[in-house]
Amino acid sequence: MFFKKFLLALGVVMVVAGCGSSVKLEDVPVEDRKGAMPLAPAPAPVMESRSAVAPVNLTTNQLPAAGPAGVAKVVYFDYDSFVIKPEFQSVLEAHSKHLKADSRRRVNLEGHTDERGGREYNLALGQKRAEAVRKALTLLGVADSQLEAVSFGKEKPAAMGADESAFAKNRRTELTYR
Amino acid sequence: MLRRFLCIGIALFSLGANAQFRVEVSGVGLTQLPIAVAPFKGDDSAPQPIAAIVQADLERSGQFRLINASGSGLDENSRPDFSSWRQKGSDSLASGSISRLADGRYDVRFRLWDVVRGQDLGGQSFAIPASDLRLVAHRIADFIYEKLSGDKSVFSTRIAYVTKSGSKFNLWVADSDGENAQSALSSAEPIISPAWSPSGGQLAYVSFESRKPVIYVHEISTGKRRLVANFKGSNSAPAWSSDGKSLAVTLTRDGASQIYLIDAQGGEPKRLSQSPSIDTEPVFSADGRFIYFVSDRGGSPQIYRMSTSGGAADRVTFSGTYNISPTLSPDGRWLGYVSRIGGAFKLHTMDLSTGTVTAITDTSADERPSFAPNSRMLVYATRQQSAEALMTSTVDGKIKARLSGQSGDIREPAWGPFQR
Repeated sequence: MFFKKFLLALGVVMVVAGCGSSVKLEDVPVEDRKGAMPLAPAPAPVMESRSAVAPVNLTTNQLPAAGPAGVAKVVYFDYDSFVIKPEFQSVLEAHSKHLKADSRRRVNLEGHTDERGGREYNLALGQKRAEAVRKALTLLGVADSQLEAVSFGKEKPAAMGADESAFAKNRRTELTYR
Repeated sequence: MLRRFLCIGIALFSLGANAQFRVEVSGVGLTQLPIAVAPFKGDDSAPQPIAAIVQADLERSGQFRLINASGSGLDENSRPDFSSWRQKGSDSLASGSISRLADGRYDVRFRLWDVVRGQDLGGQSFAIPASDLRLVAHRIADFIYEKLSGDKSVFSTRIAYVTKSGSKFNLWVADSDGENAQSALSSAEPIISPAWSPSGGQLAYVSFESRKPVIYVHEISTGKRRLVANFKGSNSAPAWSSDGKSLAVTLTRDGASQIYLIDAQGGEPKRLSQSPSIDTEPVFSADGRFIYFVSDRGGSPQIYRMSTSGGAADRVTFSGTYNISPTLSPDGRWLGYVSRIGGAFKLHTMDLSTGTVTAITDTSADERPSFAPNSRMLVYATRQQSAEALMTSTVDGKIKARLSGQSGDIREPAWGPFQR
């Protein structure tokens, strides 16, 4: 009886570990259809000659994916709020200067919530926080093409815990340069 | 009349103790049908314990009381000694056999008997590969359940769910008893909102693998998947139309979270909702006429309903200030959802013909309910003793079963369709 249980356990472990239809992400060709960001602005057309070829050099697009040095890359929010508090105004000004200095710079604005509430609704709330930062940066003159507002909802907390201090650290938008 | 909750049969599942889940049933139905499921002839040497799987399915429904039948030495052809089974208190008896065929497949047969009237209620025979033995056991339990209760049975359906173990996320497909879980996707980033296609062959889900939420449609048997929504911003909350051709999704490409319709193959979205607020979590009604969804256009999240061509929306939930995560029963009768009451998130059901709302759980962190295809049960995620767990409940809340994983947090369940 024990031997049979051992075989059963072994069988279950093998079935689970075998994961025959498991998909490892590296193996799957992902079709990125719509919404892919353009890599580089197209060069201006050459008018004079029909045999001229204008070179596009992608290698110089290897930008350091860093923000402005010494500037915070997180903006925090109050509970149930999507308003950017005055104390973060200087942070956003520094980021806007950095972005305006080079139009090839791109930043993802990643909105987050604390862990209370449903996952999809919190995804939408996190989006509002990302969108608030996006609006603030465009008001400071940053081009919309340099910004993408996305949400992680409650899926990527910065701090674990079920108390207000953890909640406060999770209600945020992170500026992640690409 | 109050019944104390009864914890049934932990010992009954000793055979399942090696598996990932331990099922605990609490609460009993008003009437339980007594049935004996005799060990199948050949069960001892078979790769799967057919009779034990059937017993566990019937027990988990809370609608059957299993009578001890060990050592009875019957198969599907033996005519039972009805009076002796009546004396043991059984109204019905199932018996059968399993044998290995020359080509390596298995021959499984069973018969169901009405012990009270001494009648043969019919049976079935199957010739299947070993990998389908558990499915056949569930189909046998379905046959018995449908014959004796008159309701459609869901033992042979599947559930999908997500686990988080450290920094690793998996999307699993398992039998409705939680067994036989197979990983459809492994990822270092979160996976949320799995949704079954109406045929049961595909899952749509939201993946964060590219550092933003995007929607994939994934063919379960082959692992082939296609990216159907990667628009600017966040892409989430996929819901299948009943013909399987379209998905309602939440996109933020126009700024706010709004609901759009896209072809299940991908393509240009058509915007359905029009509000300056958050509209999300769409779900189609079974008759295909409406989309129910969550909107905070009134100031806080409530459930609304609009036509599938979009346009004006009617509000559906009126009690409480926070109502989210709608799920609709396929028979069109019920809406299940989560309501926040005094800080606790609690599963409720609404009878759509009367508007009557009932809280059906005593836990306080309920998430993501999903109706079973027979419209009689829901699966949902919750927390018990600070660990995430999946629970099933009958629509009236009287019979609950807990599927608890042994390691890692478990969330985002979705109940799959009938697969005939």
